[in-house]
Amino acid sequence: MTSLISLADYNTKVVVLGVLALGTSCGFIGSFMLLRKRALMADTVSHSTLPGIAMAFLLMVAGGQDGKWLPGLLLGALLSGLAGMGAVIAVQRWTRIKEDAALGIVLSVFFGLGVSLLGIIQKMSSGSAAGLESFIYGKTASMLAADAILIAAVGAFSLLLCGALFKEFTLLCFDPDFATSQGLPVLLLDVALMSLVVLLTVIGLQAVGLILVIALLIIPPASARFWTDNLSVMAFLAAAFGGVAGGVGALLSAMAPKWPAGAVIVLANSLLFTLSFTFGTTRGLVVRWKERRTLNRKIARQHLMRALFELGEETGSDLVPWDRVSAERSWSQQALRREVERAKSQGLVEESGSNLSLTESGMTKAARVVRNHRLWETYLITHADIAPSHVDRDADMVEHILDKALIAELEALLQAEHHLPSPHPRDEGVSP
Amino acid sequence: MSGAPAQHLEHSVLSPLSIHDMTVAYQRKPVLWDIDLDLPPGKLVGILGPNGAGKSTLIKASLDLIPRASGRVHIFGKPYKEQRHLVAYVPQRESVDWDFPVSALDVVTMGLYGKLGWFRRVGKKEKALAQEALERVGMGEYSARQIRQLSGGQQQRVFLARALVQDAPVTFMDEPFAGVDAATEKAIVALLESLREAGKTVVVVHHDLQTMAEYFDHLVMLNMRVVAAGPTEEVFNEENLRKTYGGRLTMLDTVADALRRSKE
Repeated sequence: MTSLISLADYNTKVVVLGVLALGTSCGFIGSFMLLRKRALMADTVSHSTLPGIAMAFLLMVAGGQDGKWLPGLLLGALLSGLAGMGAVIAVQRWTRIKEDAALGIVLSVFFGLGVSLLGIIQKMSSGSAAGLESFIYGKTASMLAADAILIAAVGAFSLLLCGALFKEFTLLCFDPDFATSQGLPVLLLDVALMSLVVLLTVIGLQAVGLILVIALLIIPPASARFWTDNLSVMAFLAAAFGGVAGGVGALLSAMAPKWPAGAVIVLANSLLFTLSFTFGTTRGLVVRWKERRTLNRKIARQHLMRALFELGEETGSDLVPWDRVSAERSWSQQALRREVERAKSQGLVEESGSNLSLTESGMTKAARVVRNHRLWETYLITHADIAPSHVDRDADMVEHILDKALIAELEALLQAEHHLPSPHPRDEGVSP
Repeated sequence: MSGAPAQHLEHSVLSPLSIHDMTVAYQRKPVLWDIDLDLPPGKLVGILGPNGAGKSTLIKASLDLIPRASGRVHIFGKPYKEQRHLVAYVPQRESVDWDFPVSALDVVTMGLYGKLGWFRRVGKKEKALAQEALERVGMGEYSARQIRQLSGGQQQRVFLARALVQDAPVTFMDEPFAGVDAATEKAIVALLESLREAGKTVVVVHHDLQTMAEYFDHLVMLNMRVVAAGPTEEVFNEENLRKTYGGRLTMLDTVADALRRSKE
């Protein structure tokens, strides 16, 4: 019963809506951050907000104000986050330290500074500092309607800006050099993108805390990538994932107050990630496993077709003894049986006694496979210097890759050597 | 300088690329010194030189992609910044992540972003232009493919289409022939020739000495400085090649072979 009451609670609604808005905008902008390969930069920035929060508190207390006035704290976080970003750029630019090390240094130094300042604050004042640590782990329960409105407003602003710059951000992420040559101010765009990230980080501090806010920016786009190869679809899907996970996480945490919201939201996100990773229609595990199986079957079928065709050629008879076929590719009896059954069901192969033969449609198909294969072989032999790594023989019919003149040339070569049968001695075998 | 005399046309308005006294340095080490160059219009220009000679650097520094320590670069008589719209650029294929979630057509439309301007979306007109460019490089049927699913040569052709769609009088290509299949190589050569027929200038970083004389009208032989620059028949000789590549034995055979071929 208590959970139902808290669901109807005004404050719960506020929190849920606020986190939903946060998740949506983080997912959308996070897509570009991920593609710009700046995920760790965002993590560093979020950790660098801590000294700013502490310093803002100290300044406000010194000025005789309430140290926990939220806009003041967030402004401190924003400035300090931007300083962290600047520090990374400076370290990279003026020392020869590589990016990963620069990120590590800035993250730990800023966070360390923040923790020390918090320690000082706690000793110095009489309990009024309690609650500042909630910025580290997040504490949705303390969110007010005004906070939710702030989050929604900043989120909407980031979405609008990112939507307006969609094409520019796309080019920035894909090919910054080309963007420069098109006259786009790459540095400015980079700063704009990272500033949006900093802004979202800062407004997300209260809800999920500075350690976990990075998850809202990274996980939804990473999940979305499993479902699509289209950037627009990816960004909108990431926004949806982020929003749903945020809303659901905040709800769960409201119903079971012992679960910190930040952690629950991240767990909800990771559940979506696991589902995407497994079932994603573009690059999920299942799809990839199916593709691999289809490919393996196709290769096995082509091997069988070629074996039957070539053995038939050799003996001049359509009927090929089972044993010859299994010896040809050292197939196990079961493997061959499985392939033959599959080919039979597709109407490509007939079995009579211990002999196998190609059906009419099987013969047509086999002839095409053999021809394609031999042309590729010849191509690789005669153009060995350029070819090997640039052709995918199984996926591409030779006509799709090589032009007509070259194919005619290869065919002439094969015919001249009486090799429109095989261009290579049989004992060399054929690699798949 | 053997072959062509050093020309100082003082940034002729006719020259598609005119470089004066350019030096480029990475960290403290200069990679290009005192480059003076005036390219003639309407030619296919090959830039050759050994690895590390600064071939790509020459292009990148000319296009403001890396800072110059000194020197001026003019495109048709004016600084590059003012003439950007006249220049198309094909970066090295390896310079981007081909796993990026865009289609071949999307990549080609990127060539129109500069013209399109801020905040405006890609429309039907841009897509039609991009499709046309893809067809010109023989990639018409691949427009909807995600770029990761293309072979290396096909990816290179997508990059070329992106430059084509810019319809610029000058195009810079950074190693377009690197690691492509025979069909793509032929397609690129045909494309270069059609660009020359249309009166455009193409500047190409190229590695293969065997095909150098066959593909290009004008050469820039580079090894941290300009060793020689001029019409191919004037500068492509053993002496200049030795100066460019040094006396490395393995090179010399290739050089002799290349020379023999160029005279055939």
